[in-house]
Amino acid sequence: MTSFVHPGLLLVTAGLALAPLRGGARAALALAAPLGAIALLLTVADGAHWSGRYLGIEVAPFAVDALSRLFALIFAIMAFGGALFALNQPSRLELPAAFVYAGAASGATLAGDLLTLFVFWELMAVGSTLVIWSAGSAPAYRASQRYLAVHLLGGVLLFAGIAGHVADTGSAEFSRMALDRPAHWLILAGFLVNAGAPPISAWLADAYPEASWSGTVFLSAFTTKTAVYVLLRGFPGTEILIWIGLFMVFYGIVYALLENDMRRILAYSIANQVGFMVTGIGIGTQMALNGAAAHAFTHILYKALLLMSAGAVLHQTGRRKCSDLGGLFRTMPFTTICGTIGALAISSFPVTSGFVSKSMISQAAADERLLAVWLALAAASAGVFLHAGIKFPWFVFFHKDSGLRPPEPPLNMRLAMGLFAALCIGLGVFYQPLYALLPFKADYAPYTGAHVVAQLELLLFSGLAFFVMLPLLRRTPTITLDTDWFYRHLGVQLAAGAAALLEACGAACGRAARNGASALATLVERSHGAAGLLARTWSTGGMALWAALMLAAYLLAHYL
Amino acid sequence: MQDHWLARDSSICLLRRAFVVVLALTVLAEFLVEQHPHFEVEGLPGFGAWYGFLACAGMILFAKLLGVFLKRPDDHYGRQNGDD
Repeated sequence: MTSFVHPGLLLVTAGLALAPLRGGARAALALAAPLGAIALLLTVADGAHWSGRYLGIEVAPFAVDALSRLFALIFAIMAFGGALFALNQPSRLELPAAFVYAGAASGATLAGDLLTLFVFWELMAVGSTLVIWSAGSAPAYRASQRYLAVHLLGGVLLFAGIAGHVADTGSAEFSRMALDRPAHWLILAGFLVNAGAPPISAWLADAYPEASWSGTVFLSAFTTKTAVYVLLRGFPGTEILIWIGLFMVFYGIVYALLENDMRRILAYSIANQVGFMVTGIGIGTQMALNGAAAHAFTHILYKALLLMSAGAVLHQTGRRKCSDLGGLFRTMPFTTICGTIGALAISSFPVTSGFVSKSMISQAAADERLLAVWLALAAASAGVFLHAGIKFPWFVFFHKDSGLRPPEPPLNMRLAMGLFAALCIGLGVFYQPLYALLPFKADYAPYTGAHVVAQLELLLFSGLAFFVMLPLLRRTPTITLDTDWFYRHLGVQLAAGAAALLEACGAACGRAARNGASALATLVERSHGAAGLLARTWSTGGMALWAALMLAAYLLAHYL
Repeated sequence: MQDHWLARDSSICLLRRAFVVVLALTVLAEFLVEQHPHFEVEGLPGFGAWYGFLACAGMILFAKLLGVFLKRPDDHYGRQNGDD
C-alpha cells in the first residue's frame, strides 16, 4: 500500500503552521505533529511510495526500508521530546525552525535518490541556522554565520559529487558507493562535513552551544545523525572511515576534557559519539552496522537528555561555565538525577541504552580480529565516562558549592527530561524492540557476565582516574584553539595582510608612476623645452657650417 | 542551617570508602563469571581495571599537554558590539 503522507513534510508543514500560533494551539500542534509522524512511520510499508522523473532522472522522494525507518522514527521522537522541553521558550522563531529542521532531517532519511537527499540536506542547513539565530544574541548570530558557511561548503561538495555521479552513471539512486571516482570522494566529503569529521570539525562546538537553552537540544540530534545515516547507506565498510572515526573519538574526549563551558563539553562529546558510529560504519560487518545504527538511536536520546539538563541549568541560573556552577543538586535534585542518567547512558553503563548499542561496535571489531581498533574503542569508552559521564555532572551539579540555589525548571521541561530518562533506562533493559528495528537481524546478547563485569571495571576505574587526577582537571576560564582558528584568526589575519599588501602595492605603483611621469617630463623639458637642445636659437654661422658638413657628407657618399 | 547530607564530610568519607569497596568487588567478580576473551590481552587479570585507569590517565595527561599549547583566555576571539 502506498502512503500519501510524508512524515518529514508533515513536520515541515507543522513548523510553518506553528509560526503564527500561540498558547494552547501552538502546544497542541507541536506535540501532535511528531506523534502523527511516529504513527505514520510505524505503519508505513517498505518500498518506494512516491516516484517520478525530474530533469530526465528517476527520483523516489519517499522510500522506506528498515534503516530509513529507524532514523526517521528517532527524529520524530526527538521532535516530540524537544517540543515538550521547548514549550515555554519565548522565541516565536525557534520551534517552527526546529520543526522545519527535524522534518528536513526526516526527509533526508526517507529520500530514495540523491537529488531529494540534496534538497532536504540544504533545508536542514537553513532550519538549523534559524534555530541558532533565534537565540537572538550577537555571538549566536556570528556563530550562525560561520556555521552556515561551513554547511554551504559541505552542500557544494555534495552537489558537485552528485552531479558527477549522475553524469557518470545516469542514475540518481542512493545506494552503496565505492571510492572509485572523484565524484564519490566529493559525496563522502560532503557527508563528512556534516558528521563533524576532521578537518572541518570545529563548527560543532563553535555553533551549537550558542543556541538558546532549548535550541541546542534540537541541534544535537539531527545534522550529525543524518550524516551517520547517509554514511551507513552510502559507504558501509569503507576502511578510511575506521581511522576518521577513531580520530573523532579521541578528539572529542581530549577537547571536552579541556573545556569549561558545560554545553561545549557536550558538543565535543557529540563528535566523540559520532566517531564511534563512523568507526562502526568503517568496519562494515552486519554487527558493526547494526551497532552504528542502534548507537545513533540511543545517542539521540541520551545526548538530548544531557543537553536538556544543561539547558535547565542555563534557564534557571543564566550561567554556562563549569567554573561558575556547582552544588546544584541541593535545589535541583530532579534535574541532577536526569542529567546523571544521561551521563551514565552515554558512558554505556549496564542497564542504560548506551550499553546495548555501543557494545555491538566493539564486538564487531573483536569478531574481525581488529585488535588495535578494539583497544582504541575500549580506551575511548573509558574516556567517555571521564569527559561526559563524570566531568559534566560533577562540575555542574556537585563539586564546590557555587552558592546558587535555583529552583527546578518548569513542569514541561521536567516532563521532557523524565520521558527521555525513562527511555534511556527502558531501552537499556528492554532492548529487543530496538534490536527488531535494526537494518540487519540482530543476533547479539549484550548482558553476559563477562561483558558486564569488564565494562564495570573499565568505567569504575576510569572514575578512579578522574578523582585521583582531579587537581589536573581544575576548571580554568579558557577556551582551547580548534580548527576554527584557521578561519576565525588565520584567515582574517591573512585577508587583512593581503589587503595591507595590496594597499602598499597600490601606493608603491602610484608613487612609481608619478616618479616615472615626472622623470619623462624632465627629459622632454631638457630637449624640447624653451632652453632645450632642439628648441633654443642657433647662430647663423653654426647653421651654415652644419649645412656645409651635411652636403660634403652627401657628396662623399655619392662617390663611394 | 546544616548543609545537605550529601555535602557533609562524614557522608563524603563514607562514599569514598564505598567506592573503594565497589572497585575491589568488580575486580573480584571477574572470578565468578565465565570468561571468553576475544584477544589474549583481554584475558589478563583485571584487564578492564588497569587498562581503563591507564587509558584515562594517559588521556588526561595528553589533554594537559595539548592545553599548554592551545589554551587561550575565553575572550580570545575578542568581544564585539552587542555582546553582553
